[in-house]
Amino acid sequence: MKLKEKLLTKSLWVYHLSAGSCNNCDIEILDCLTPRFDIERFGIQLVGSIRHADVLLITGAMNKKSAKILKTLYEQAPKPLFVAAVGICPCSQNLFKGSYPMLSALDEIVPVNVYIPGCPPRPEAIIAGLAKLINKINTDRRHK
Amino acid sequence: MAKIILQYLVFPGVAFSFFIGAMGFWLERKLTARFQYRIGPPWYQNFIDVAKLFFKEALMPRGATKTIFIASPIINLSAVILVSIILANNYFLNISFVGDVIVILYLLIIPSLFTILGALSSKNPLALVGAARETKLMLAYEFVFITSLIIAIIKSGNSIMMADITTMQVLNGPNIASASGIIALLLSIFYAQAKLCIVPFDMAEAEQEIMAGTVIEYSGPLLGFYKISKLMLYFSLPLFIISLFIRIHAESAFLRYLIFFAIYLLIIFIMSVIKNINPRMRIKDALGFFWFRLFPLGILGIILALLGL
Repeated sequence: MKLKEKLLTKSLWVYHLSAGSCNNCDIEILDCLTPRFDIERFGIQLVGSIRHADVLLITGAMNKKSAKILKTLYEQAPKPLFVAAVGICPCSQNLFKGSYPMLSALDEIVPVNVYIPGCPPRPEAIIAGLAKLINKINTDRRHK
Repeated sequence: MAKIILQYLVFPGVAFSFFIGAMGFWLERKLTARFQYRIGPPWYQNFIDVAKLFFKEALMPRGATKTIFIASPIINLSAVILVSIILANNYFLNISFVGDVIVILYLLIIPSLFTILGALSSKNPLALVGAARETKLMLAYEFVFITSLIIAIIKSGNSIMMADITTMQVLNGPNIASASGIIALLLSIFYAQAKLCIVPFDMAEAEQEIMAGTVIEYSGPLLGFYKISKLMLYFSLPLFIISLFIRIHAESAFLRYLIFFAIYLLIIFIMSVIKNINPRMRIKDALGFFWFRLFPLGILGIILALLGL
């Protein structure tokens, strides 16, 4: 199904989950919507409800409470759903690794499609990460 | 027979109104982007958005009333398809029947009504809030729109037929050329704004506040039906306003289409200006605005229309 992927990559609707982040990455995500970067020209939109989402954008190190919420959200989303980890915290847990509220790494809870490291990643890096995700969807059609 | 089917399904029926509506919505998005010094989406964005939704999974929330949950987007879409067929056939081909103004008024209420029912059937608390807001908003704007409709009816010599309203305007000049016509146009633009959930009146679908409100639980094709009906309303409501108040007659067909598209673009432009210079109203303020500001204006318009102004 080539058409499906083509349509999907041209209109990625993004749901943003802040799983215990310090807000820096969240601000950088909002920066992507500003005039300088304007990701709406690629058809990428922030949506309010997980039921409308194609991409689940996660910022922040997973703690025990947000892991539960993340799992619920992942199950509530219509598939195909792609998961993007924004910032070094969801990528590798950063300096919070091994501290008491932490459960496990993000990719042990849900499958992650793209990692965007940085503390916080620049908007260019986030856009580059989403471009990588789009390439990945277009080339690898085995994902479901 | 084939001609009639073509009229209903292609031009000036479903396909045409969907295409123009999608372009109108794109224009609104593009204008919003330009107002914010952004570039904005490409022209085919809305088609892709809708088509994509039909490849996604449709989920059923636990505890939802299944029949109503599935039926409401479909009924919503079918009402909008009917209304756009009636309006477009009236505007472009002059096909009309007795009492079609009333029929259109009823059909335009159905989308809001079934949005509310669908939201209530999903058993989501945020959808419930959205539905409550939509209900209150409906009480506000339908009320005001009826006054502006009454003005158009009085202007056409007390006829509830679109053809008579059109003929009257072709003979005596468009309704907007009079004081009451300007008032009615203003009221109906605010009505369209509230009906389409555009910003000062988008509290029912407030994305930042109640996470898309009434459509929160909808996904995949069911959301796609909602999107299509919204895109088609982007064509039908301005068309209704144009045929009620700004029907300018021209001899050649080309000029007629040119005039129609010019006015359509102007209405979309006005709506997106209103969208971009206003924040979202609270439901209380919206009710106050419609009941205590616009409704007296509508009564004034009716009195002016009765006086022949």
